[in-house]
Amino acid sequence: MTHIQPTLDLSPKVSDEVRKTTCYMCACRCGINVHMKKDPLGDLKVAYIEGNRDHPVNKGVLCAKGSAGIMQHNAPSRLKSPMKRVGERGEGKFEDISWEEAYSIAESWLRPIRETNPEKLAFFTGRDQSQSFTSLWAQSFGTPNYAAHGGFCSVNMAAAGIYTMGGAFWEFGQPDWDHTKLFMLFGVAEDHDSNPIKMGIGKIKKRGARIIGVNPIRTGYNAVADDWVGITPGTDGLFILSMIHCLMKAGKIDLHYLAQYTDAAVLINGDEKSPEFGLKLRDDNGKELVIDRNTGKPAPFDKKGVKPDLAATMRVAGVTHRPVFHQMADMYLDEQYAPEAVADRCGISAKRIRTLAAELARVAFDEAFELEHEWTDFRGEHHTSMTGRPVSFHAMRGISAHANGFQTCRALHTLQIILGTVEVPGGFRFKPPYPKPATAHPKPHCKVTPNAPLDGPHLGFVHGPDDLALKEDGSPARIDKAFTWENPMSSHGLMHMVISNAYAGDPYKIDTLFMYMANMSWNSSMNTTGVQDMLTDKDESGEYVIPRIIYSDAYSSEMVAYADLILPDTTYLERHDCISLLDRPICEADAVADAIRWPVVEPDRNVKGFQSALCDLGARLGLPAFTNVDGSQKYADYADYIVNHERRPGVGPLAGWRMGENGLQGGRGSPNESQLDNYIENGGFFVEHIPDGANYYKPWNADYQDWAVKMGLYDSPQPYLFSLYSEPMRKFQLAAEGHGERQPPDHLRARIKEKMSPLPIWYETDQQGNEGFTVTALTQRPMAMYHSWGSQNAWLRQLHGCNPMYLPSNLMREHDLSDGDWAEITSPHGAITVPVMEMAALNANTIWTWNAIGKRKGAWALDEKAPEATKGFLLNHLIHELLPPKGDGLRWANSDPITGQAAWFDLKVAIKKVAAPADAQSQPNMPPINSPVGKGPSELKWKVGQ
Amino acid sequence: MTQLPTHTEKKLGLVIDLDTCVGCHACVISCKGWNTENYGAPLSDQDPYGADPSGTFLNRVHSYEVQPAQGDAQLIHFPKSCLHCEDAPCVTVCPTGASYKRVEDGIVLVNESDCIGCGLCAWACPYGAREMDAAEGVMKKCTLCVDRIYNENLPEVDREPSCVRTCPSNARHFGDLGDPNSDVSKLVAERGGMDLMPEQGTKPVNQYLPPRLKDRLAQDEDQIDILAPYLAPVATETKGFLSWLDKTLEKL
Repeated sequence: MTHIQPTLDLSPKVSDEVRKTTCYMCACRCGINVHMKKDPLGDLKVAYIEGNRDHPVNKGVLCAKGSAGIMQHNAPSRLKSPMKRVGERGEGKFEDISWEEAYSIAESWLRPIRETNPEKLAFFTGRDQSQSFTSLWAQSFGTPNYAAHGGFCSVNMAAAGIYTMGGAFWEFGQPDWDHTKLFMLFGVAEDHDSNPIKMGIGKIKKRGARIIGVNPIRTGYNAVADDWVGITPGTDGLFILSMIHCLMKAGKIDLHYLAQYTDAAVLINGDEKSPEFGLKLRDDNGKELVIDRNTGKPAPFDKKGVKPDLAATMRVAGVTHRPVFHQMADMYLDEQYAPEAVADRCGISAKRIRTLAAELARVAFDEAFELEHEWTDFRGEHHTSMTGRPVSFHAMRGISAHANGFQTCRALHTLQIILGTVEVPGGFRFKPPYPKPATAHPKPHCKVTPNAPLDGPHLGFVHGPDDLALKEDGSPARIDKAFTWENPMSSHGLMHMVISNAYAGDPYKIDTLFMYMANMSWNSSMNTTGVQDMLTDKDESGEYVIPRIIYSDAYSSEMVAYADLILPDTTYLERHDCISLLDRPICEADAVADAIRWPVVEPDRNVKGFQSALCDLGARLGLPAFTNVDGSQKYADYADYIVNHERRPGVGPLAGWRMGENGLQGGRGSPNESQLDNYIENGGFFVEHIPDGANYYKPWNADYQDWAVKMGLYDSPQPYLFSLYSEPMRKFQLAAEGHGERQPPDHLRARIKEKMSPLPIWYETDQQGNEGFTVTALTQRPMAMYHSWGSQNAWLRQLHGCNPMYLPSNLMREHDLSDGDWAEITSPHGAITVPVMEMAALNANTIWTWNAIGKRKGAWALDEKAPEATKGFLLNHLIHELLPPKGDGLRWANSDPITGQAAWFDLKVAIKKVAAPADAQSQPNMPPINSPVGKGPSELKWKVGQ
Repeated sequence: MTQLPTHTEKKLGLVIDLDTCVGCHACVISCKGWNTENYGAPLSDQDPYGADPSGTFLNRVHSYEVQPAQGDAQLIHFPKSCLHCEDAPCVTVCPTGASYKRVEDGIVLVNESDCIGCGLCAWACPYGAREMDAAEGVMKKCTLCVDRIYNENLPEVDREPSCVRTCPSNARHFGDLGDPNSDVSKLVAERGGMDLMPEQGTKPVNQYLPPRLKDRLAQDEDQIDILAPYLAPVATETKGFLSWLDKTLEKL
């Protein structure tokens, strides 16, 4: 047959309309173009989703999750109506009810609580992207028991960053992708800032810059890293402190930066007899004191022209007060941090540790450069250029989800700071509203008054024992025991302890548990089986121990079956949302930005955006923030709140197109009724760039500080020093040493003294009960899945439909295992029996699996024979929310003793080859739950357009 | 059987950077989305919520572990779709002329109305790049987004395959590999781009850029450490360190 070719239409119509909104498939929150096409009935339907090229986050690209949004939006697992439980908890038997009935049930439970004791409501949210709104609701209700899921996610990273340098990794900062030459990343889950990181990796590789990946597992970013350091889990802090040791010993540190911009020169009270021993010396205005090299005399750190001296000491009344940097020298020059001393524990050779430290030094100092930006610092000194040090770092859950995670994260920030690489060209940069020191954040509030709001925001940053959330009698004010002596600096709360504590009545019983988008009966809890029992257990009177559970979700997740009342949420394409500067914004290092979601399609079910439901419910309960003076409903829905709420005068949820004296403006301004239309017209987002010269050295840059005030990020300039030495931690130590009114219980004194070191330390996490369990076990997130959501997505589950347990080659041989064999994996807490697969690019003492692929039969509208429900499994069964009992009758949380961060990655296991289970299913194999939404179709032939 | 054109005016294709691909599958799903809604029959999925979900994809990412003779094992992400071969055996094997290679740009396509679903082309393709759609009974394959790259309803900047447009790490590049001055040809020259399985004699147009040398900072114990001078100690204990500090600060 000779060559023939048909004539093609090369310019077919792409769509009937493009609607631009914000993705919801992970915490990245990219801009998306939703292509709409008319279906055969003439209705506009979602046809295709791509990235928005103009958007500050993703600049047109989009990941697999985002592109598969159409399958998420149309998933058969969508809830269809409010429901009330008719069977027993955990069965999944429900009856559809009206919104009116749902509200009146909720009101009948919540009103009496508010009138008598608001703490009986625990309101916790999971993958919530509206925390500034949900926290306002909880505050107005008056319960102290509110938090989102940061406590079991990565609070160590957030808190360590903010306490140390006034900003954190997560999506709150980024490497200077345009100038960095060496990018070192530790333990990064690929679901925060994921597209920007992928874009950044592509960008720096194109320039020939290099990447060092530190992770026990060589997948994803680590697979493309130029160098891979397969560290032993939980030892990152030790590895980092060893590099700090090498760099200090070699003098490869940025002394100018340390002196000018950090507390390294701040004098520490050296009087061992003083109740202020170890605290920073301050002048009468509370300013930290340094020795000025010009005069040799003490001076406040921010005095014009002062040259802080890193070396000088001050002797007063026979006592020598030394600067922070002296203490760092004492601590980190010690041979306990020499590479040879740490190599075995870290699983990295001493030679390699030295090589890595030397490479950091080489790039930071030999490849330093100047950017021709003039700027003026907070001391009034004018600079003609900005010094760049092209070494940048990023880290996330991998280093933070350990019981030594807070100090490890602090150690990493210390490494960044001694190299002089934070907020400088080529280094790590903050995104507005950061930098913002811990002292500029609220403190936690917990004062409960019946029928009245809480006395302030729930979450915040403590600066000493006085800020703890304790009742008069010293007992915990919060159900999760956040901000107590057990974990004083728990800035994000401890969501992983809520059900366990409520069930135990420790510190007290609650009446109603109200949760949003939190799959607590499955992959979001440690000890999944135990949590299911806690949710279903009844007391002697036949009542559930946790009496009432209200749950809101868009989908038929495992948690739905464990609730009494279901408030069905919409999909992300059917709702209003704001990606707000008051919350977790989408800014860039060079720009302030926020965004909206808006209903590009209306729901075809009896569902409502959860935030709109809270507006209704808040008004019914008469919550002051949701009620007008005349008692009428204040916000008709979430969109109304987004436009009209003012957190402070002129500052609302959205910063774009606010009403100023001379018309619309960004930043401050009064509400603008057309604001959402302005956003939609602009592609769903608002962006305003930081002026050149203000966009580096932000914590100390006078132009940036003024710009931030203008934009409403601060109310006054907030220049500050980085805190290598954490004074709040020293204050907790002082209390443990017996100083002050508020005293820790005796059983915690020693732990507080040891763990609360004001300079970063590394310690082995509590190994009690781990005898015989020597292998570390981890989970990772696939880039194409977000938590448990991906499995209901017909396209994504074809990428990651099963999750074998990956074992390194040596452990496969040791246990005589081959791919597809089964192994029983045990921990001090439990056992699972699962299929195994070999992976060579893996730390030799670590096994791992993909997170949250395993599903409960009956959930997510999947068939009960779905591989996720038969072979898929959770590691959660092996992890308890408590440490093994110590025989003292106390419940010790499996959490970081400083922040309460859930220590997921401290898990140690043993491996045993076993025969395949008789049913060839992973164990434990739980009975199915009833699906309130039925099952999905047997075939998809998707095509909206004709 | 079907003839290939004797010559194509361009050789449009993809250059895929294996040094940069993080294996995120963004290209896989973007392709699925675009091609479900556009060229020909939708890419169907069988048992999409069941025990054995199986759908049609025109592009898939495979991951391979590589164990070098020395050093740590590596993981390579390997996206694979039709390579639009110059000597495409999938075309010559087609009994109906449904498979063809375009003269203008060298894109290999299936004319679905002539496809009888015999599957010979999929057998003939050494790369496994074609997939039979189980619902429609026709052969599906990468079209290089022929309905995007010339589409006047799209802004010019978007006239590229959806996998290229969406790739977050910029590991996918599109252009004319027949033009030695094109960006993609220069990239191939610069980075040593490779044919996939050249021994098959298909002369693939798509090119792969190999991963760069890894783990250069991991040295044998007996190797000389050229970075060692960077860590030459200024002092060995606190006292010496503080005196070094004072001297150094004086010079600042």
